[in-house]
Amino acid sequence: MFSLVTLKNPVAGLGREVLTSVRYMGRVFLFFIKGFILIFQPPFQFDKIRQHIYFIGMKSVFVICLTAAFTGMVLGLQGYYALVKYGSTAALGSAVALSLVREMGPVLTAIMVIARAGSSMAAEIGIMRISEQIDALKTMDINPVRYLISPRIAAALVCFPLLTALFDVVGLFGGYLSGSALLGVNPAFYFSRAQSSVVMSDITGGFIKSLVFAVVMVTICCYQGYYTHTRAEFGAKGVSISTTSAVVISCVLILVTDYVMTTFLM
Amino acid sequence: MAETPLIELKDVVKTLGLNRVLDGINLSIRRGEITAIIGKSGSGKSVLLKHIIGLLEPDDGTIRFDGKSRAEMSPAEKKALKQKFSYVFQDTALFDFLNVMDNVSLPLVERKGMPRADIQRRVRDKLHQLDLHDIDQKYPAQLSGGMKKRVALARALVTDPEIVLFDEPTTGLDPIRKNAVHSMILGYQRRFGFTGVVVSHEIPDIFFIAQRVAMIDEGRIRFEGTPDEIQQASDPGVRNFIEGLESPRDDLTGITSHSIGQNRLLQELSRLQRHEIPFSIVLMAMDNLEGIDRIDEHEAGQKVFKTFANHVTQNTYITDTCFRYGINKILTVLPDTSEEQARDFCRKIFRTMENNTLFDSVEAAKGFSYSVSAGVAQAHKDSGLEDLIAQAQQGQAVFYEGRN
Repeated sequence: MFSLVTLKNPVAGLGREVLTSVRYMGRVFLFFIKGFILIFQPPFQFDKIRQHIYFIGMKSVFVICLTAAFTGMVLGLQGYYALVKYGSTAALGSAVALSLVREMGPVLTAIMVIARAGSSMAAEIGIMRISEQIDALKTMDINPVRYLISPRIAAALVCFPLLTALFDVVGLFGGYLSGSALLGVNPAFYFSRAQSSVVMSDITGGFIKSLVFAVVMVTICCYQGYYTHTRAEFGAKGVSISTTSAVVISCVLILVTDYVMTTFLM
Repeated sequence: MAETPLIELKDVVKTLGLNRVLDGINLSIRRGEITAIIGKSGSGKSVLLKHIIGLLEPDDGTIRFDGKSRAEMSPAEKKALKQKFSYVFQDTALFDFLNVMDNVSLPLVERKGMPRADIQRRVRDKLHQLDLHDIDQKYPAQLSGGMKKRVALARALVTDPEIVLFDEPTTGLDPIRKNAVHSMILGYQRRFGFTGVVVSHEIPDIFFIAQRVAMIDEGRIRFEGTPDEIQQASDPGVRNFIEGLESPRDDLTGITSHSIGQNRLLQELSRLQRHEIPFSIVLMAMDNLEGIDRIDEHEAGQKVFKTFANHVTQNTYITDTCFRYGINKILTVLPDTSEEQARDFCRKIFRTMENNTLFDSVEAAKGFSYSVSAGVAQAHKDSGLEDLIAQAQQGQAVFYEGRN
């Protein structure tokens, strides 16, 4: 029916689509604001935040190190072969460091954490929804957003910048491995150029990005799980679709916001 | 009725999707009573329960608590009201990521101002009262279905609620467990004095524990009254529903079901009135089942009762009718029998119980004392059904006390 309307009157169809999306974004935003404010409602949920930091942060360390090392190494390789043509392999350090700190670090960290923690967040909350555990919280006079969502938002805001920093450092050493240890760029040049080319605004920009990505990831993944019962599909099918949409939507949104933010930060 | 009902639903309407689930519900729930809500699947029973606790809001109509609707309450009053409620979900809705201890303590932990030690003590007490021992650290997935139901009940009762809503607490349980849950609800209701609303399909078993019954049909209350009233209702819709669900045999004990037994009583009464054929009734109640229950997850008591029912039937003639009259009661109709002969019948039953091997098959009941009381009444030409049963109840005396 919707497509028929779109065909008959494309303007009306477009309008409807835009309105639906705006409404959806509004709901997601309000969901985040509610969850964020409730972080500060006493009594503080230190214990739960700690558990989620362990889950989102600590358990992602290995996968972040692995991704960072190989990303750094491939940057080292590509950078070397690009720069060697112009005889300026000494600039490899700056190339690797800048692309890591400004772009690769925050974006790849976010995408890896979405794959690891975001998907499980959406599935966990979705299963709680379909098995009436969220309703059970309400019947006990426990605010489900405060109990389930707020600690996750707090934990993501703590973890993302730290994981991004870890990614940057490990990636830098990855670049050193392929560029200097294998291909013979002088390590002193590599590290001094890396140090001199990165300025404070690059670091801040990278961290701001990582904070925004944390918000995007945790909000989308929790929202998809929390409202899984409003889908046309029920039960396990609904949860599986929520999990998939959580990953796809948050990954796409991260790439889009990355572009927008880069434009402003440049 | 002078007393304001604790909960009063007036013209409550709710449409979900295209389906008008509730279509003008009017229902009063009185303080301190168990109200059963029965009705076909999909007739809106659970939706009604969710309206009472506030998980769903009515599209139209009002729900008043002590004469005040949620809209008229201040936030503090709303909060206070919420804390009076507990809800036992059909599928337990236990938090699968928390162990039993954390599950049951959660409603207390999240309420401010209670020291941790107190919480732990209260939770242990409640688990103990519900005969849940040594499972504090287990997760819901590691528990049996019956245990999960009890953990859910413990979680609902730990806050000492005034109103407990049960959504099909016995669905999917076998007859022994089902009766165990019913006797549990009744036992705790007597002990803790909450107001209960039970959505159930279990007919006639639910009539044994409820003081009031409401039948919901096509989004409206089709019948509201006491269990006796609904079983004698003339409305064909109500009759069909009850008779359709009720099997001719009680599924715990295997003896004749309640409604067939009631019919038999009425037949005997009319035989007496027309042909002056006397008859007597014996009402036997097994007491102290709770004591036995505590040993074995509330199931031993049911097994003992089942064994006792079999024993009684074995001692009856083919013309006699034994039927289940309550959660632990058996009523026997003895045609062509005087009161004295009925007493002889009782003596015969209890004499054969004295060799004490009757309950040997129930392992957990060993070493427990139990008692059976019996009341005998002979029908008179002018006595009505209620008078007759009341007479038997009044004459009830402990007939037998034994120790297995």
